[in-house]
Amino acid sequence: MSALHVIGTGGPCLVQDAGRPGLAAIGVGRSGAADRSSYDLGNRLVGNRPGAAAVEVTLGGLEVEARDGTVWVAVTGAPVPVEVAGRREATGAVLALRPGERLRLGIPANGLRSYLAVRGGLDLAPILGSRSRDTLAALGPAPLAAGDRLPVGDHPGDEIRVDAVPARAYDDRPLLRLVRGPRDAWVRDADVLVRTTWTIAPASDRVGVRLTGARLDLTDPARQLPSEGAVRGAIQVPPTGEPVVFGPDHPVTGGYPVVAVVVDNDTDRLAQLRPGETVGFVWA
Amino acid sequence: MNVLPYGDRALLLELPDTAAVVACVDALAVAPDLADLVDDLVPGARTVLVRACPGIDLAALRTRVAPELSALEMREKGPKVQVQRESEHPEIQIPVQYDGPDLSHVGELTGLGEAGVVAAHTASPWRVAFGGFAPGFGYLVGGDPRLVVPRRDSPRTRVPAGAVGLAGEFSGVYPRESPGGWQLIGRTDARMWDLDRDPPALLTPGARVRFVVA
Repeated sequence: MSALHVIGTGGPCLVQDAGRPGLAAIGVGRSGAADRSSYDLGNRLVGNRPGAAAVEVTLGGLEVEARDGTVWVAVTGAPVPVEVAGRREATGAVLALRPGERLRLGIPANGLRSYLAVRGGLDLAPILGSRSRDTLAALGPAPLAAGDRLPVGDHPGDEIRVDAVPARAYDDRPLLRLVRGPRDAWVRDADVLVRTTWTIAPASDRVGVRLTGARLDLTDPARQLPSEGAVRGAIQVPPTGEPVVFGPDHPVTGGYPVVAVVVDNDTDRLAQLRPGETVGFVWA
Repeated sequence: MNVLPYGDRALLLELPDTAAVVACVDALAVAPDLADLVDDLVPGARTVLVRACPGIDLAALRTRVAPELSALEMREKGPKVQVQRESEHPEIQIPVQYDGPDLSHVGELTGLGEAGVVAAHTASPWRVAFGGFAPGFGYLVGGDPRLVVPRRDSPRTRVPAGAVGLAGEFSGVYPRESPGGWQLIGRTDARMWDLDRDPPALLTPGARVRFVVA
């Protein structure tokens, strides 16, 4: 069985797939690729069935080597310099890694997360039906480290139908759509969300994107909300007033009021925002 | 019962109390053809979050959920049915050594003393209302109301697996070592989370739980 051997990593490199839906009742969140559209595109490029496991690479830096056979790959998402056996290649292109050849990812020019899709998918043991690493619950394959061997599956499910697609680029200050509520009455003025240019705080991760730039005042800071379910894109306001947008590894239930929810399709763009970048919101 | 939009992919059902939440999840889980529309049901303390499958329109989901909720409201008025439904869930016994670091403090807070806390905690059955803190953690409700205590002022950075705690109206067992702010009254050897078991969680919503002195 062919495999990818991890030579080195830069930022966090996590195995991700479509996640674990339907397990919230036992405290297990969905997890899965943070930027689902880039992840799905990668699998389509290499002719995989939807849901095959790929590597989510944060801020580039991953280096892998093909072993025991040729491995077909594609890199999507954050546009990262790609090198195969020393040759410069493009993101969005289907690439062959012959045995012993190395793929190296530099630092992306913009965006945060790149996806390394592998024809056949990464054949690691699934946990509760998924190979996603849930960073909050510590479920699924451990973050990649030098020396790891990632077996590649034999059954991609489809042919490779395209050679390449145009690379993505991410502009600064995207405008994301919001649905008001359900707990917008818990803050004095929910419109602060759409009037503010927010900055992504350094403590942001797959659990939540922390925003700075303004505060949302709670109408009654002493009032306690009984814990309720959450989704990715939910904007929670803790007592500090600085909002947190839930990411794919968010807690299944939360005790701070959710004053608005990012439209589901726009959460993929959110997953590409780097600390220090800005974002605006508009009511849907 | 209130139905609130929760983004463009989910609805939040507001219910009068945690018992109604448990009944609502029971009802929605077995509702015919709802499985094709619903991606996940997330029980909370007073709410159930209903997440739509990809491509399902929220208005369509709302239309489909509405009759289930009305039927539920009707059934809530008949207490006999409630009892029957509860008995469908097994009772899980959890043996506890009541030697937690906050036991004497909880005894003072409640005025029950250490022995009184143990007696109250073991006297009546609890029910699993919802999860969410960590895989395998169940928020237990329905215990002795005298055991309602606030969280610790400052959370512990390390709470061991198996620690049994109280916070607000809830009791719970830490499924693994983690930070935590609950008042710890004891510990159990019962495995709350085991990936080699199906389901891996010992406590699932609706389950009845009885603590016994180990």
